[in-house]
Amino acid sequence: MKHTISVLVENKAGVLSRISGLFARRGFNIDSLAVGTTEDKNISRITLLVDGDDYIAEQVTKQLNKQIDVIKVRKLNQDEITRRELVLVKVKMSATQRGEIIDIVKIMQGEIVDISHTTLTVELSDRPEKVDLLIELLSHYNILEVARTGTIALQKGAESV
Amino acid sequence: MITGAEAIVRCLENEGVEIIFGYPGATIAPLFDKLSKSSIRHILVRHEQHAGHEASGYARIRKRPGVCMTTSGPGATNLITALATAYMDSVPLVAITGQVSSDLLGRDVFQEADMTGAAEPFTKYSYLVKDAEDLPRIIKEAFHIASTGRPGPVLIDIPVNVQQEKLDFIPAGPVDLRGYKPTIRGHAGQIKRVIRAINGAERPVVCAGGGIFAADAQEELKRFIETVNIPVISTMMGIGAVPTAHPLYMGMLGMHGKSVANQALSDSDLLIIIGARVSDRAVLLPANVSASTKIVHIDIDPAEIGKNLSTFVPVVGDAKEILTQIMEAEPAAKTDEWVGLLKAKREKLKLDYAPRKHGINPKAFVNMLSCMLPEDHIYCADVGQNQIWSAANCEVKTGRFLTSGGMGTMGYSIPAAIGAKLADPEKTVVAVCGDGSFQMQMMELATICQHDVDIKIVVMKNDKLGLVKEIQKKSYKNNEMAVDLTGSPNVVAIAGAYGIPGRSIASLDDAEEAIAEMLDHKGVYLLECIVDENEPSL
Ligand SMILES: Cc1ncc(C[n+]2csc(CCOP(=O)(O)OP(=O)(O)O)c2C)c(N)n1
Repeated sequence: MKHTISVLVENKAGVLSRISGLFARRGFNIDSLAVGTTEDKNISRITLLVDGDDYIAEQVTKQLNKQIDVIKVRKLNQDEITRRELVLVKVKMSATQRGEIIDIVKIMQGEIVDISHTTLTVELSDRPEKVDLLIELLSHYNILEVARTGTIALQKGAESV
Repeated sequence: MITGAEAIVRCLENEGVEIIFGYPGATIAPLFDKLSKSSIRHILVRHEQHAGHEASGYARIRKRPGVCMTTSGPGATNLITALATAYMDSVPLVAITGQVSSDLLGRDVFQEADMTGAAEPFTKYSYLVKDAEDLPRIIKEAFHIASTGRPGPVLIDIPVNVQQEKLDFIPAGPVDLRGYKPTIRGHAGQIKRVIRAINGAERPVVCAGGGIFAADAQEELKRFIETVNIPVISTMMGIGAVPTAHPLYMGMLGMHGKSVANQALSDSDLLIIIGARVSDRAVLLPANVSASTKIVHIDIDPAEIGKNLSTFVPVVGDAKEILTQIMEAEPAAKTDEWVGLLKAKREKLKLDYAPRKHGINPKAFVNMLSCMLPEDHIYCADVGQNQIWSAANCEVKTGRFLTSGGMGTMGYSIPAAIGAKLADPEKTVVAVCGDGSFQMQMMELATICQHDVDIKIVVMKNDKLGLVKEIQKKSYKNNEMAVDLTGSPNVVAIAGAYGIPGRSIASLDDAEEAIAEMLDHKGVYLLECIVDENEPSL
């Protein structure tokens, strides 16, 4: 099962290495990890996607809470959050394929952010499933490179972590 | 304006530091220079690992963080085993290491080691100081973090230029760490559930761990078990949480424990774990605990609860506080039959104290030793067969039994004894080790002599790495490999070379008189006991 965990940490040197070290040491499987600052420049938010049962999710939460630099940890309810991922895909194409690819990008509500005689670079910011789908569709052409951020998430409505 | 080094010394004095265990070098030289002008006593060790262990022995007896200090690079990495040992046993330490100049960090210059990185898995927290102005705050936080919540080692890595930098000394304000607020008081609702569990139990048992000492909760524990009439078992770290001769104490549990303790565990319908991790050495999971046993787990570290055993009632907080809360609710259980059963079992335990044809019966010896020592003695046990003999046969009354429980670090006993003795010079302190582990710490005999530390050392000599030999016998078809200690020196002669008196005995008949001689002697003394190499642990 996938769990989304939102962690607020002190924005200090060494925090990320401590946290990633913890995952490696304790054998936690982290699918993705996204870090960025928040509205407060002293605080960063880490969004984690953890694969495992409830026991694992609880252990991850507890071990994170134990870290001195971790301010708050919240396991988010999958149904009550807005999740986003950003992807850039560079596709090599022939002149005849260009139209098809542009159609796919339109349908997926992505954007073409760079173009050359032989390549297109597509951007999409959406739910991770949609990002997967875009990549799947484009994989029928010649994908040169993919850059994908980890998932970020916020709770829906007025609630916050 | 003062230098960073002066600021460090001032901060350490403000924290009430009395003793630092250390070893110098170039990158910590500014600090040593200023330390010479302080009232803080410096104990020069003979290996940095022992600086950490000595600080640990000191901390466990003095009930405040032990401080150790080394240079960068090899001095710092030599400290790591001691940090790991303290981390596993939740001992509060503040370790100060020198570091290369901050402008050279990351360039692999002479004696640079990424110490905060290397020690990261073994420290509760660590700092790499970049700015001397931060020193007062960092040092204050370090002592706070080391000694509160679940205690543990904190590292402060200080580049040599930061020690030399000038600053306007402004004492730190109150510690404010928004991510660190240990829970002390137990949740009222959880306490109610504990009371209900106790009141409904027929076969409850308390498992006491090292957390009892960390919380200084021996009195509260005793009152609780006596009032409700609950039998107690302990982990290795919990030995002495109630006096070993207490009628409700059933012994240490686990693979090296007492059968009655393990039976109490497996037959119980309510297990109350207080300040223990329930590691694999203690409970061979999950077979030893029946599925129907309800488990109450009281610990200051929420991450320990439910890690190794699934818990019926988790209670996060300080053991002393929570035991007091429990007592206020006046729990009561009908346990007479259960207690009677276990007591009868305990009476029937056969203690094998018979003399041996060859060498000394080590179990009889350690029992005799602990009984001849003053009631409040401090007994430091090393690792190996000697640890198991000690753990199972020592009488602990009002004193302490110190050993490396979680890490099982050979070479802990003598430095721990040095630290303990310096923490409480009135107490009689003994270190008991094997002939293998003795050779991992014998350089500290010089520290003992230099600083005139009156501890008693017992070396159990079986010419083998006994515990490993036993494992090889059991699990590797008796294929003895790398356990023969041939080539080892005569330990009494070694002591003699340091000017330390000692003697060797090979028969239990001589033990009483030899122990008396050792205890009567004013000053450090070494007693060697010849033990047969085939003597089993249990
Ligand atoms: C630093 C360290 N190295 C290795 C071990 C593994 N080990 C555990 S017990 C033991 C043998 C100890 O021998 P000795 O000190 O002579 O004590 P005995 O078992 O004979 O009583 C060894 C090597 C350890 N626990 N610690």
